[in-house]
Amino acid sequence: MTAYLDHAATTPMLPAALTAMTEQLAVVGNASSLHRTGRASRRAVEESREKISRCLGARPSEVLFTSGGTESDNLAVKGTYWARRDADPARVRLLVSAIEHHAVLDCVDFLVAHEGAKVTWLESTADGLVEPATVRAAIEADPESVALVSVMWANNEVGAVQDVAGIAAVAREHGIPFHTDAVQAAGHLPVDFAASGADLLSVTAHKLGGPIGVGALVARRDARLVPLTHGGGQERQVRSGTLDTPAIVGFATAIVAATESMEAEAVRLTALRDDLIERAMALGAGIRPTGFWQRGDGVHRLPGNVHLLVPGCDGDSLLYLLDAAGVSCSTGSACQAGVPQPSHVLLAMGISESDARGALRLTLGHTSTQGDVDAVVDALPAAIERARRAREATAS
Amino acid sequence: MRVVAAMSGGVDSAVAAARMLDAGHEVVGVHLALSQSAATLRESARGCCTIEDAGDARRVADVLGIPFYVWDMAARFTRDVVDDFTREYAAGRTPNPCLRCNEKIKFSALLDKAVALGFDAVATGHYAQIVETTDGRRELHRAVDAAKDQSYVLGVLDADQLSRAFFPLGDTEKPRIREEAAQRGFFIAKKPDSHDICFIPDGDTRGWLTRRLGEAPGDIVDTSGEVLGHHDGAFAYTVGQRRGLGLSRPAADGEPRYVVEVRPRTNQVVVGPAELLGVNAISGDHARWCGPAPEGVVRVGAQVRAHGEEHAATAWADEGRVEVRLDERIRGVAPGQSVVLYDGTRVIGSATIAASRLERESSAAPSVRSAG
Repeated sequence: MTAYLDHAATTPMLPAALTAMTEQLAVVGNASSLHRTGRASRRAVEESREKISRCLGARPSEVLFTSGGTESDNLAVKGTYWARRDADPARVRLLVSAIEHHAVLDCVDFLVAHEGAKVTWLESTADGLVEPATVRAAIEADPESVALVSVMWANNEVGAVQDVAGIAAVAREHGIPFHTDAVQAAGHLPVDFAASGADLLSVTAHKLGGPIGVGALVARRDARLVPLTHGGGQERQVRSGTLDTPAIVGFATAIVAATESMEAEAVRLTALRDDLIERAMALGAGIRPTGFWQRGDGVHRLPGNVHLLVPGCDGDSLLYLLDAAGVSCSTGSACQAGVPQPSHVLLAMGISESDARGALRLTLGHTSTQGDVDAVVDALPAAIERARRAREATAS
Repeated sequence: MRVVAAMSGGVDSAVAAARMLDAGHEVVGVHLALSQSAATLRESARGCCTIEDAGDARRVADVLGIPFYVWDMAARFTRDVVDDFTREYAAGRTPNPCLRCNEKIKFSALLDKAVALGFDAVATGHYAQIVETTDGRRELHRAVDAAKDQSYVLGVLDADQLSRAFFPLGDTEKPRIREEAAQRGFFIAKKPDSHDICFIPDGDTRGWLTRRLGEAPGDIVDTSGEVLGHHDGAFAYTVGQRRGLGLSRPAADGEPRYVVEVRPRTNQVVVGPAELLGVNAISGDHARWCGPAPEGVVRVGAQVRAHGEEHAATAWADEGRVEVRLDERIRGVAPGQSVVLYDGTRVIGSATIAASRLERESSAAPSVRSAG
C-alpha cells in the first residue's frame, strides 16, 4: 500500500479526463489542416479552449496552449522582457518575488546573465507573502525602468496564497505588465483572470487532474510577447507547433471537473490538511507548519498543502524512511545533481539553513483519504527518530 | 539484511548491487556527491562524481528496481580526504586518498548514516573478499583476480567496519564482471575503468597541487647538497620518481637519478642513484587492524603501494606504531603511502609509512611468531 502525498508534484488524472483524452488519441487530425479531418481536430481544440477560458475567467482568445507550466513561465517572462526592451531600451528591470518556482527564477537568471536584464527581488514575509506595498516600493524606486512584475498565485512549497489582485492593481497603476504563475492554484482555488487584473497567467494540466505535457499561458490580447518558438504560427503567432489535441481535450475535461468539485474538495482537503498538521505537531518532536496556517482556512493557504519543519532532521533522510514505509512525499525543494538544497523559498521566508534542511512537503489531492493521513502520522515518529540519528552520525 | 549499495556509476559497483539483490538482501542504491562545486561536477569528464556518473548509477538502480538516493558527503570528503591529501603533499609525503576515503567516508560517514537509518551494512564494488571464520569473525582477504585486487586500499578498515561490509565481487575475475554486467542489461557494461584520483579528473596531480599550494620554487640537490636544478614546488615530487626532474647535467657516472628524499622544511628535492632508494626497514604510524592486533613479532607479507608486489618481512606493533623489517631491500618506499600487512591472502592491517631506511641485515628483530 502506498500513501501518495505528492499531489503538488503531479496528481492522478481525473477519470473523465482520461476517458476523453484516450478517445481523442484514436482520432487522426492536425488542427491546422484545412480538410474535414483537420476541422474536426480544430473543433475539439477550440471547444477545449472555450471550456478552459470559462474556468479561468478569461476569453478564449486569451488562452495560448503550451507544453506546461515551465514553458508558460518562460514565454511570459522572456517573451515580455524582450518585447518591452525592444519597445523601450530602458525597460530592463524585472520585479520578481524571491519565492518563485525555478521556472521563473531561472528565466530571470538567464536574462540577467545574457540579455542585460536587471532584477529587483521582491521580499517575502515570514508567512511567504509578497505585500502589494513591497511591489509598490520596488516600482516607484524607478518606474520607467520596469519591464515586468511576476509574483506567483500560490506557492508550490508552502502553499501561501498571494493577494494577486492587490499586486496587479499596483502594477496596473504604472502600466506595467503583471505575470502570475497560477500552476498550483488553478483547479484548486477560484482563479478569475479578468477579475485578478493580471496580464499573464501560467497554468498546467497535470496539477489539476489533466495529462502531463500540456498547459496554457493566459495572456491579455494587448500583452506583447516575443515568441520563443518559431514555425507554423499557431497560437496567435506566439507559440508555433502542432497542437496536441488529445492532451488539450484531457486538460479541458479535467479543469471543468476540477472546477465543478472545487468548493467541496476545498472543504474536504482543508479538513484532512488540518488533521495532518495538528497530529504531526502533537507528536511532540518540535514539528511546526511552515508559513501561514489557520485551522479551517483554505483561502490563504492551499487546501491540500502541508509543509512541516522537523527539527534535527534532514529532509532527504525523512523522504527515504517514509518511502520505505510506503509514504510518497517530497522535501518541496529542487535538487542540484541529486543533492537536495535548502529551499530558496524557506530561506526567503527567513528560516535558517539548518531548519530548512528538515523540510517535508505532504500534499493532498482528489484521491487523498483519511487513511493516507493516518499512514503518514503512523510512520512519522520512527522516521523522525532515525533521521535524527542519521544527521548526528554525519555531523562533522 | 538491509544493505546500502554504494554506486559510483561504474560497472563494478553496479554488479555488486545486483549481486546483493540476488543474494536476497533488501538493497538501496546510494551515490555519494563528493564535490562541493557544482561547476566541477559538470565540467569534469571523468572521475567518480560527475553528473553523468550519478545518472548512470540511477539508471542501473532503476533497472534493478531498487530505490536510489544521492547523499551529499562533500563537506566530509573535502575535510577528511581532499584537505588531508593536500596537507600530506605539502609535508613532503605521498598520500593515498582512496585509503582515506574508505576509512573516513565509505566505511565511516556513509556507513554511520546508513546504520542510523536502519541499514545493516554497506556493499561496494571493491575487489576483495570477506571470509567468515568458524567462530564468526570476518576476515579481509585478497580478491581472486590478483590484477584487480583492492585489498590494499581496504587495509584501513577495522573489525567493526568489516562487520558491516560486503564486497560481492572478490570471488570473480574482472572480465567476468563485465560479461555479467552485459548479461544483466546494464548499458554501462563497457564503460572504462576509472584510474585517476576522482577529484583530479585530468590526472595532473602536480598542476592541481600547484593551484592549491601556489608555486614554491626551490632547488634540486644531490646528497652532498650541490644544486643540480630547480623545481616549482617540492610537494610535486615523490620518492622513487625518475621522470620530470628536468636536470640539465647528467650524473658523473651516467646512471639515472631518482628522487630519494623530499625536504619540505628547506623546500629541497634530493636526487641520487638508484641504490640510495633501497631500504629494508619501515616505520609506520596510524596503525589500523582488520582484526586483533598482532602480538609480538610476526612474519608477514608487506605491500607498500597499490598494485605493488608483496615482500616477505617481519613486523611488530607497538601502540599505534608498526615496525617492518623486509627480508630483501626494496625501492620506492614513499612516506605517506601505506604499508599493508598480509598473512597469506588475509589482510592483517596497515600503517602509514612515516620513515624508511637501510639497516644492516644483521639487526633484524628478535623472536619471530607466526602471524596467527
